[in-house]
Amino acid sequence: MTALVVSRILQGLGVMLAMSLIVFVGVYAIGDPVEILINPDADQATRAEVTRSLGLDRPVWEQYGLFLFNALQGDLGRSFVFNMPAIELILERMPATLELAIAATLLAVLLGIPLGLVAGMKPASRTGRTIMAGSILGFSLPTFWVGLLLILVFSIWLGWLPSFGQGETVDVLGIPVSFLTADGLAHLILPALNLALFKLALLIRLTRAGVKEVMPQDYIRFARAKGLTGRRIIGLHVLKNILIPIVTVIGIEFGSVVAFAVVTESIFNWPGMGKLIIESIYMLDRPVIVAYLMVIVVLFVVINLVVDLLYSALDPRVRLKAMPA
Amino acid sequence: MTDMSVGRQPAKTKPNVPRPRSQLADFAAQFAESRAAVIGLVVLAVMVFAAIFAPLIAPQDPYDLASLSILDARLPPGTESMNGYVFWLGTDGLGRDLFSAILYGLRISLAVGVMSAVFALIIGTSLGLTGAYFGRRLDAVIMRLVDLQMSFPPILVALILLAVLGRGVEKTMIALIVVQWAYYARTVRATALAERSKEYMDAARCLRLGHIQILTRHLLPNCLPPLMVVLTVQMAHAVTLEATLSFLGVGLPETQPSLGLLIANGFRYLINGTYWISIFPGIALLVVILSINLVGDQLRDMLNPRLNR
Repeated sequence: MTALVVSRILQGLGVMLAMSLIVFVGVYAIGDPVEILINPDADQATRAEVTRSLGLDRPVWEQYGLFLFNALQGDLGRSFVFNMPAIELILERMPATLELAIAATLLAVLLGIPLGLVAGMKPASRTGRTIMAGSILGFSLPTFWVGLLLILVFSIWLGWLPSFGQGETVDVLGIPVSFLTADGLAHLILPALNLALFKLALLIRLTRAGVKEVMPQDYIRFARAKGLTGRRIIGLHVLKNILIPIVTVIGIEFGSVVAFAVVTESIFNWPGMGKLIIESIYMLDRPVIVAYLMVIVVLFVVINLVVDLLYSALDPRVRLKAMPA
Repeated sequence: MTDMSVGRQPAKTKPNVPRPRSQLADFAAQFAESRAAVIGLVVLAVMVFAAIFAPLIAPQDPYDLASLSILDARLPPGTESMNGYVFWLGTDGLGRDLFSAILYGLRISLAVGVMSAVFALIIGTSLGLTGAYFGRRLDAVIMRLVDLQMSFPPILVALILLAVLGRGVEKTMIALIVVQWAYYARTVRATALAERSKEYMDAARCLRLGHIQILTRHLLPNCLPPLMVVLTVQMAHAVTLEATLSFLGVGLPETQPSLGLLIANGFRYLINGTYWISIFPGIALLVVILSINLVGDQLRDMLNPRLNR
């Protein structure tokens, strides 16, 4: 187990180093941020002064070396636009994104697994078919367009839910969260639903496939012969056996939920790090782009590690296979 | 052996003997078993046709500024224009006929999606196939690249690439190719590894054919079926991804208004209840993606050996 953890962490560090190099060199070619930051009428001296103060006059490798050295101390440069440490800016926005992503994942799980169970138990029924047709639609609908539809129907036509921003927030341990106030919760519903839709379709299909595989097994028939109620069979015997792939997929997909939050945040004006990265791309705010990337890479390495460990904890067969290696 | 006699008698004089169907006809018959897939294929064909002949079908050239009138801006669907033409789907913020704009947008969306999917197919297949054929270190390097690529969601990789490269048609296509090649490489490698040990490969090697000839003439044709499935699925993904990136304002430039850009342009008018500018291009996008997915689903079922009837 320890060997597995250590090798995974080392792999993760390698990925991070490679990404930092690719990103830094790439972003360096993006254009000249000085052009955007200063008054076009500014004279050559001001220009040179700004360039020097941002460290843009040094050779690329020197900038990268400095960047790497600073990054190891948690300093990923200052945002040109906000004039504050980029990493602080990202971390400040991260809770909002994580809140949205967790809400979306919860929504997908709470709706997807029951719907998938129904579709799997009665695949030929009208309900089962409707659920499956809905999941195909869920796969095909472009996320951003569904966001617009949600805004149109629920905030503009019906006027039920707000579509803009995070609403009222409460500080929990110094982090502002929305879901504890009625206003914040109302603001959370539409973006969370939007973000959840794709995962919902995925979970329905996964659960249904699992149920169809497990139901004909001998132990289910035995449980039924023993006279167990349908609820107990599903709740205990079926769920337990289909849960392993589901948990893995939820874990792996959490990263993609965070990535897709970029789209949802832009539509619903949710003040998370996804919206920040889009704005930074427009403004050519290089340090923020690089810092966002490094944070995302760390996040992914952590998520993959957690999923790997969870998987081997849940399924003894995986653990045994991993041992000799 | 009635086939032997075909040369002597005309085909129509032997009505009782069913001619052996060609592979293609077999394939078509099997495909037609799913009505949804046939509908998807027909709809897709209509959309592709409309996209190719957009300049002939569209009642208005939406990018000819001379033919636009700002007085026509944001007219609801069905309104008649000043010169008697009916805007069936309404007009956008600049007074463009939305139906024409959608036809042109479809053209751009499909061209970018299909071309990048095909390029990704070529690159991914070449890498995956050579990796599987030569094995060892080359294979290991390529597969590590595939792993690295696949551990990040496509939208994120594309976004970062475009943040670095900037907006543009070629740049968007590069981003789409970069996020897609790995799927082809992985698929073709898995098939090629299974094919490599078959007898015809041994035979080809015994004949001392060149590597390139074995790869392209013998190995590649046998790896094609699963690749076609991946190609259809990835085309749908490419179209969606391009629309998403363009919607976010990092994909195609304003001068190449794909469906995603049309939807983005309508977004700012949505708050006033001017829904059609965003909604109709979205429906066009949905229909394209849905029909590609229906076709892809059926292809996958047909080629899945576990479901073989």
